[in-house]
Amino acid sequence: MKSITRVLSLLAMFSASLLANAETFVFTAIPDEDESRLQQRFNKVADYLTEQLGVEVKYIPVKSYSAAITAFRNDQVQLAWFGGLSGVQARRIVDGSEAIAQGYEDQFFKSYIIAHKSAGLTPAETLSDALKGKTFTFGSKGSTSGRLMPEFYLREHFNAAPADVFERVGFSGDHSRTIAQVQSGAYQVGAVNYSVWDAEVAAGKIDTNSVQVIWTTPTYPDYQWTIRGDVDARFGEGFKEKVRTTLLNMTDKDLLASFPRQSFVPASNADYAPIEDTAKAIGLID
Amino acid sequence: MPNNRHWEINSTGKKLALLSLLFLLSALICIPFADLKIYPSEPWRELGRIAWGFVTPWWDDPWLLVQALGQTIAFALLAVVLAVPVGMLLAMLWHWRVVRMLAASVRAVHEIFWGLLFMQLWGLSATTGLLAILIPYSGVFAKVFAEIFTRQSPLPQATLAPASDRFSRYAYTLIPQAFAELSHYVRYRFECALRSSAILGFIGLPTLGFHLETAFKQGQYSEAAALLWVFFILIATIRFWLQPKLLPVYVIAAIWLLPETPPVSGGMLWQFISEDIWPRSLQDGDLSAALSWYARVFTSEAWPALLQTLMLTQLALVLTGAIALMVYPLGSRALAGRYRLPGRGLLLVLRSTPEMMFAFVLLLLFGPSGLPAVVALALHNGGLIGFLAAGHSEKQIQRLDDPSGMNRYLYQQTPRLYPGFLAFLFYRWEVILRESAIMGILGIATLGFFIDSAFEELRYDKAFFLILVTALLNILVDSVSRRLRRVSGAEDAGGLG
Repeated sequence: MKSITRVLSLLAMFSASLLANAETFVFTAIPDEDESRLQQRFNKVADYLTEQLGVEVKYIPVKSYSAAITAFRNDQVQLAWFGGLSGVQARRIVDGSEAIAQGYEDQFFKSYIIAHKSAGLTPAETLSDALKGKTFTFGSKGSTSGRLMPEFYLREHFNAAPADVFERVGFSGDHSRTIAQVQSGAYQVGAVNYSVWDAEVAAGKIDTNSVQVIWTTPTYPDYQWTIRGDVDARFGEGFKEKVRTTLLNMTDKDLLASFPRQSFVPASNADYAPIEDTAKAIGLID
Repeated sequence: MPNNRHWEINSTGKKLALLSLLFLLSALICIPFADLKIYPSEPWRELGRIAWGFVTPWWDDPWLLVQALGQTIAFALLAVVLAVPVGMLLAMLWHWRVVRMLAASVRAVHEIFWGLLFMQLWGLSATTGLLAILIPYSGVFAKVFAEIFTRQSPLPQATLAPASDRFSRYAYTLIPQAFAELSHYVRYRFECALRSSAILGFIGLPTLGFHLETAFKQGQYSEAAALLWVFFILIATIRFWLQPKLLPVYVIAAIWLLPETPPVSGGMLWQFISEDIWPRSLQDGDLSAALSWYARVFTSEAWPALLQTLMLTQLALVLTGAIALMVYPLGSRALAGRYRLPGRGLLLVLRSTPEMMFAFVLLLLFGPSGLPAVVALALHNGGLIGFLAAGHSEKQIQRLDDPSGMNRYLYQQTPRLYPGFLAFLFYRWEVILRESAIMGILGIATLGFFIDSAFEELRYDKAFFLILVTALLNILVDSVSRRLRRVSGAEDAGGLG
């Protein structure tokens, strides 16, 4: 009997927490660069937004691109720092949602193709046919810089799917992992976000004798802030504009380092049409 | 102890040997087809960093660690507390085929996939984490409890009034009769639940796995090691802190610790069930287009992945058996005597380290292929079976004229344990099948790889179909292993799955 009471009270607590619904503005960020201490870093951003917007702002951490999109769709977050592809995916399933700002660097983002010295590849202006038959790793499956754009250019050059070009195609799940796996030669070639690579080189974490950049993609638009369309109705007229202005006015170097970006600039859904077309071209979205 | 009887089943030996050979042969046949290529690499720099991190654990925010630890225990504890009554109820209704089917199908889906499914609805919340453990564990409890009940003597039931209903029979005879065995199993399952809870952190729940995956992924090996050490200690000390008397206190603390569940609209739940998980064409009522969609997914992804998964599973299973036989004596008092402590430590590390980490280290060593996957699965599961076998080896009654050393291992302990050991392996068969899902980083397209991709591409219709295929495969493997167990006399192992 006692256990039944316990179960009932437990269920009661669940339903109570289901009903609790405070008007808190919640945001998330895809776990892409320097994922550790994300919580600490983004809590500072949340404090800044709370102060500027006059509503309580909370950050929740997620583990994957798809989790960020799901939270956005389910209205568990109203604002998200998405990658190019995840932003497109999210805006397709949430009517009225809008890209409002991007990082300065995101206007001309790029990916590197990196290779271990055992692959015998050298830096070049174009993709080399010698890539054929090598082992290759992308980053996360839903990453724009670690998967989408590199895959697009590989398909364009070889006119074939990566699985047919390379002996083996893996998904390391993360840019740092991609670097570690190519550096050790476990995979001969990999695709990586340029800013993660540059940061790790600057930090002295990479042995450039064993792994180097052999090709750089053309530039493309990447990360952006996307907001749900119904925020004005929930948080008051003009709220969306206020969020946009607040983000664009963010000048604190410490806060910007969380992303890491030098500043934010305006963005629109149309800026990401090339990403959407690319994702369609390689069959990631219908 | 009722368990011991089953470890000493007097089999002809021949049947068991034949069965073992059959498995060995099936693995040997797989070898030329499975992809086990070794690539040359220079792993030493990275491996050195991993090893250095492992011996220099460091964590700079103790409060965060305490929180993650608390959440890990909270999810595991509440899920088990809720799953036990559900499993018990199902076990009482085990004579209904529909209940057996239900239990088998919920068991067949890995906690991570349950988690990914529920995450679509409840986000990263208490509900998602609890259901992800609670649902498959209810299925496991139902099956194991039912097996335990069938082994009980029917005599005490004869003393009940003839008109007694089913529930009185259980309440007054079967449950009290089996109580020691039932609680022993629940205890063991709680350790599994702690592992499941930690691993759910990989998809975002705030447990130890959350920080562990991040630290490991970012190459911060000292931090990853700190979390692993904490987890090892947690598992090693279960018997000291899990006191039945303290259970109510723990349950209340656990409820208080769980993260809050955000509001979910009923509309969303309905949309998920009625639209998201079905292909567009089926929603439009175009049956032939829907069939061809299912056929396409099956031939292009599910079928090749199924073969790949089965092959890896078969190899991993045989290697698991070999590893378990090698490591169990190290942790057994009967065989290692007072030198068993390091052996116990090894078994703890093997069974408590997530396979994903073994897979990464082995990937650095061997390069991307099926080999790291097979070895990683075998190390983890071999450690687990070794641990269970060592426990049972200790319970054997000893005599003064027992042989010692190798003779004892080869001619006394191992033959005595062997029927139960095989039963363990059969139980792990379906577990290994589920776990082969994690091997996407190795560039091996198992069923789990495609399920993960489908979730990542927000194609829930495809994810749902592939999960169904996996579940059916699991049910099939489960029924084959049940039949083999019955034929061979490795009937059951005191229900330790």
